Amino acid sequence: MPLGAALAVFAFPGRRAVVIAINALMGLPPVVVGLTVYLMLSRGGPLGVLGLLFTPGAMIVAQVILVMPIIAALTRQTVEDLWFEYREQLISLGVTPRRAVWTMLWDGRITLLTAFLAGFGRASAEVGAVIIVGGNIDHLTRVMTTAIALETSKGDLALALALGLVLLAVSFAVNAAAQILRDMVVRAQG
Amino acid sequence: MGTPTILPPTILPLAIEGLFYAVAGRALIESLSVEIAAGSRTVILGPNGAGKSLCLRLAHGLIVPTAGTVTWKGPGAAQAKLRQAMVFQRPVLLRRSAAANVSYALAVRGVPRAARPGRVEEALTRAGLAGLGDRPARMMSGGEQQKLALARAWALNPEVLFLDEPTASLDPAAVRAVETMIQAIHEGGTKIVMTTHDLGQAKRLADEVLFLHNGRLIERAPAKQFLNCPSTEQAAAFLRGEILV
Repeated sequence: MPLGAALAVFAFPGRRAVVIAINALMGLPPVVVGLTVYLMLSRGGPLGVLGLLFTPGAMIVAQVILVMPIIAALTRQTVEDLWFEYREQLISLGVTPRRAVWTMLWDGRITLLTAFLAGFGRASAEVGAVIIVGGNIDHLTRVMTTAIALETSKGDLALALALGLVLLAVSFAVNAAAQILRDMVVRAQG
Repeated sequence: MGTPTILPPTILPLAIEGLFYAVAGRALIESLSVEIAAGSRTVILGPNGAGKSLCLRLAHGLIVPTAGTVTWKGPGAAQAKLRQAMVFQRPVLLRRSAAANVSYALAVRGVPRAARPGRVEEALTRAGLAGLGDRPARMMSGGEQQKLALARAWALNPEVLFLDEPTASLDPAAVRAVETMIQAIHEGGTKIVMTTHDLGQAKRLADEVLFLHNGRLIERAPAKQFLNCPSTEQAAAFLRGEILV
């Protein structure tokens, strides 16, 4: 989020290129990310010494790469709209660009909740990348989505379906909680 | 009142020399030179599109002139940025409570945390907003929002306050309240520089008038003199209520 906000506030050469790149990365195919991270982390890869492949750490790396562009891009749009409105007033007060970034992240918090949910949605629905870099190891790197994929191919459709329902329920719960939070903030602060 | 008794050295006068501001090759402000001194209330008058608002933004340093200079000439000029404030035609309020809006401005200007609540309370009271500190600023009425914006600027104890058409979209009661506040801020020793296209407002508030038309300073005169017998034809036409092109 700070990255997206900074992109909205700071003008620097190549800013447009970074914005376009981040927008494009929103549609990054998870399997490709998985493959790339796999190559980087595998024993022969440049980051192989870290020994991260087939660990939860590797999955976190892949998820961050997938989720960050979505959150950064949506944040940038929100903050840019706010900046357009606030710019002269904040400059008049003598606000530093750094402080302006935090001010707009805070004032845009209601809209930014949507960015957070979009990121959460992508991460929780993710299969392709995490199965490649995590290896779907039971009790270690098996998550709900990869378990569903495995159980489906094993033919245990009942278990797969049950897991799917649980995942849906979790997603609903998080979104409902976010909505309630948003309503509370709106009622309290406009 | 929480106003400090020892005043820092003044940043005034403000010297504007040979100011040009052009967008896409079109000059919106042309060869504007004027010196603005302490004390009197300066009102920039002129029809819509005359460049009044640009003129304020240039003076306040929000936009950079295409050519020319804006210089604070007083002994305290190094602190000029921190000794000015501006209120916009449409108040820009943060999505927070009324009190938090004032408190934020104080924090930005380096007022210690412990001193802020008292000054916030004082500012809201002076604006007639006592007791409304917890209200979300963006949910207040237009008049209340503009009063809050003024209160926020006032809380900073600026030496110079720029006001850009501060009552342009307000109902008469709110206009009166805002004008009363401006008067009180002036009496507190703050230099007022404001724009308006409202002749009545100029009559009520101006000590001196800068008359702008098509980005040029046409006439500068004490308010009484300007309003009674302007020395230029354009100003006379404006005062007669004619449409200036």
